[in-house]
Amino acid sequence: MTACNFGNVEFFNYDWKSVGKWNFTFLFGSVLGGFLGGYVFTNPEPIQLAASTISDLQALGIQDFSGLVPDDLFAWNALGSVTGLIVLIVGGFLVGFGARYAGGCTSGHAISGLSDLQLASLLAVIGFFIGGLLMTYLIYPFILS
Amino acid sequence: MKFTEYLKYLLIGLVFGFVLIKSEVVSWFRIQEMFRFDSIHMYGIIGLAIIVGIISVQIIKRKNLKDVDGKAITIPPKDASQVTRYILGGSIFGLGWALLGACPGPMFALLGSGLTIMVIPILAALLGTYTYGILRPKLPH
Repeated sequence: MTACNFGNVEFFNYDWKSVGKWNFTFLFGSVLGGFLGGYVFTNPEPIQLAASTISDLQALGIQDFSGLVPDDLFAWNALGSVTGLIVLIVGGFLVGFGARYAGGCTSGHAISGLSDLQLASLLAVIGFFIGGLLMTYLIYPFILS
Repeated sequence: MKFTEYLKYLLIGLVFGFVLIKSEVVSWFRIQEMFRFDSIHMYGIIGLAIIVGIISVQIIKRKNLKDVDGKAITIPPKDASQVTRYILGGSIFGLGWALLGACPGPMFALLGSGLTIMVIPILAALLGTYTYGILRPKLPH
């Protein structure tokens, strides 16, 4: 057990074998679901985005609108640019750190927590939008320029 | 636990990943659109999921429904007095959600769809989780 807990951090001292197995199975299932939905039965059409979003993103330099995510940011060669590194690495880090700090993510707080009418989840969702709006309107324009 | 007992988790995960892709909530574009309030798309999906969830939770609680193992279903409440944790932690998550355009579930569904680059944000997210584990005693909650 501790073999997977580098540095023996207290937060990770739980019996991951009993708790983790179904989690891992579920996670593997969601990768399979992504394969079925996004690779086997893939939608060849571009997403029907709002015209105002498309023009906003074009003004920020996004060129590829053909798939679920822009090729400009989500390709291996994006790791060669500062923008790509920030989006993929800093973005991923903040999602992981924030989801643990807030005790849940979109499905955890916004959907499950609000379904159980939990005030804590409403606070977390307010936080999601504080961070999301700051990023979208104030920070992202600098990252993409 | 035998393999057949895991099958239900595999199938529920599979449906989860499939729906995430087909509803386009895994799309970086849809997240950009949502935070610009340019479309009802994301709000409609999340809002409808919450309505279905509220009804389901109420049925579970009022009828005292049991899970597949015959045990009572209990949902432990979150401590809403930890305002710092939810607002600050939520804001950090929100910064990442808007930046990457994907939350934890979609990262894995996108990986399955053939977007191999997603291993990078997945590893970064694991590092973020690990960092939280280390800093946890020092952070305000």
